Amino acid sequence: MKRFLELLRSVRRNRSESRESERAGCERRVRTDGGTTEKRSTLRRWLDSDIVQSSPFWLPPFLLMGFFVYAAIGWNLLLSLTEYSGFGDPDYSNLSLQNYWAMLDDPGMWAATRNTLVLLVGFTVVCLIVGLLLALLLDREIRFSRSFRTIYLLPFALSFIVTAQFWRWMYNVQNGIVNQFIGLFGLGPYNWLGSPRLVLGSVIFALVWQFSGYTMIIYLAALRSIPNDQYEAARVDGASTLRMYWRVIVPQLRPATVSASVVLVLFALKAFDFLYATFDGYRPRRGADILATKMVRESFGRSEWAYGSSIALMLFALSLAVIAPYLYNQYKRGNL
Amino acid sequence: MSEQSVTTEQATPTEHETSEISIGQIGLYATLIGLIGFYLIPIESGLVTSIKTSTALQETFPFLPPFSASGITFEKWQVAFDYLAPGMVNSMLFTIPSTILCAIFGSMAAYGLTLVNWRGQIAVLALFIAGIFVPYQAVIVPLFQFWSQYMQLGARLSFLWGLPLLEPHYATILELIITHTAYGIPIVTLLFRSQYKTMSDEMIEAARLDGASVWRVYRRIVLPLSIPMFAVVFIFQFTQIWNEFLFSLTIIGSVNDPAASATLILSGLGQSLEGTDYPLRMAGAFITALPTLLVYVLFADKFAEGVQT
Repeated sequence: MKRFLELLRSVRRNRSESRESERAGCERRVRTDGGTTEKRSTLRRWLDSDIVQSSPFWLPPFLLMGFFVYAAIGWNLLLSLTEYSGFGDPDYSNLSLQNYWAMLDDPGMWAATRNTLVLLVGFTVVCLIVGLLLALLLDREIRFSRSFRTIYLLPFALSFIVTAQFWRWMYNVQNGIVNQFIGLFGLGPYNWLGSPRLVLGSVIFALVWQFSGYTMIIYLAALRSIPNDQYEAARVDGASTLRMYWRVIVPQLRPATVSASVVLVLFALKAFDFLYATFDGYRPRRGADILATKMVRESFGRSEWAYGSSIALMLFALSLAVIAPYLYNQYKRGNL
Repeated sequence: MSEQSVTTEQATPTEHETSEISIGQIGLYATLIGLIGFYLIPIESGLVTSIKTSTALQETFPFLPPFSASGITFEKWQVAFDYLAPGMVNSMLFTIPSTILCAIFGSMAAYGLTLVNWRGQIAVLALFIAGIFVPYQAVIVPLFQFWSQYMQLGARLSFLWGLPLLEPHYATILELIITHTAYGIPIVTLLFRSQYKTMSDEMIEAARLDGASVWRVYRRIVLPLSIPMFAVVFIFQFTQIWNEFLFSLTIIGSVNDPAASATLILSGLGQSLEGTDYPLRMAGAFITALPTLLVYVLFADKFAEGVQT
């Protein structure tokens, strides 16, 4: 940091010096040699251009981020084309798509992909609905609305690792509250996290608990930006409350829904942390394996680095499929 | 702002409405309070479980506190704290510097890409913003290779470990600081950008016309105005980095490493062949979550502001 600041300072000093000498030099040269003046002033103009002037601000963070994010993805792509499995250095001279073919023959891969998609869609949709309902409840003239909002958002401040502890206990077969609660209605007990049929739904439910507050906040901000007279107009027209919401309010929430979905999909892709803490490692129960857990298991568990990298690239492609249209859309609307 | 205007305008309902609402209001409040139960019971249950003796754990419902004084014990908190204390220190050592670096870099990048106009800046900006959405899995193998095989900071900096107050595992902490900073830059840039976009162009244009350099505009105009955003970013980013797990798992690797973070230690706490020690894990969960909970409770509004953007 300090070195960078020094660099910045020296660059500025050089620039102002050169600018002064140029100014002095220019005047002299205008009379004698026109060609050099032109060349000089191009350089000067370039140095004074906004791209150069602003580069000390954005270039260092860009290089740092670019190296760790984009160069790393490129490296990951390269690794996925090798046969690297943990011994010595990867052999980059012999690249092939074999890992990608191997994926097609891997039954675990299909299960993980299916589970990932179920998790992504189920979690995102349920979170959006719950968050919207919470926001609609809170977006009224009520007392303590700030406190309610704070409490509903509280789980979002906790880490996956922490919330996983709470939900392991909630889902516990003997002592879990979930089983005790449904026991009141004569149901259960179920082994929520142990049964292949229930485990994914249980994970989604816990994640909705953690993230619906986030969706609520996004929707609340959107609801509050809707001008008040629209509510009034609908009311004067004699529309019922439900109809008013459906026709007037919900359509205006589309941008909020889109941006919340993008972020939720991302959190769902990160659900690895939650599964790791719930199942004490990257080997979740059958029925809960997702691409993220499989990727870490292949790489760090079985040292199949190249294969793990190819799964990582699948994950990246998945998130790209969600965000690329989103970013393009934002760009078109001038929101970027 | 908008919140206040909504309240004032709705605060004058007609008499007809007040009488009509009151019955629905009861239902509304009942629902809202029921929801509090839903959001707090997992946490509350963890809290009461963490202070139960093993007999009280058998005898009482998981969401009820121990019935008698003899059922209460703080032993698990003590044990969990002993395990987690070094991890808490490590987490602080990388969370605070990365948070600060992220904020500085993010503010500078947002300024250079928003308030100074040049061709092609939108493409660079798109790369910044897309960086937010990269799943960490897509980079952990190269990252692991880079730090463990190519960089080997621990060996490179070996001349430092003889100095007082410095320990070899700080190399790993440094790796985490750099990594978290690099990955925090995109989101922080977006946060600052959302604010800088709303800044008045005229003021900056005027300053530029008066001959102020790009650097001077930043220092004299933009920086003072972005102090509230710095607060938001600090709070948001502190929480994110403190809660992060995958980088700790890959870069640190083992729970027994002297550089192990709090989340990493918690993930393996109280696990044995006989099963999970739930009270110990719950106590550990609260200790690990304490800094973020504190930030959250103290700065709830700022936190919500960061989430919204």
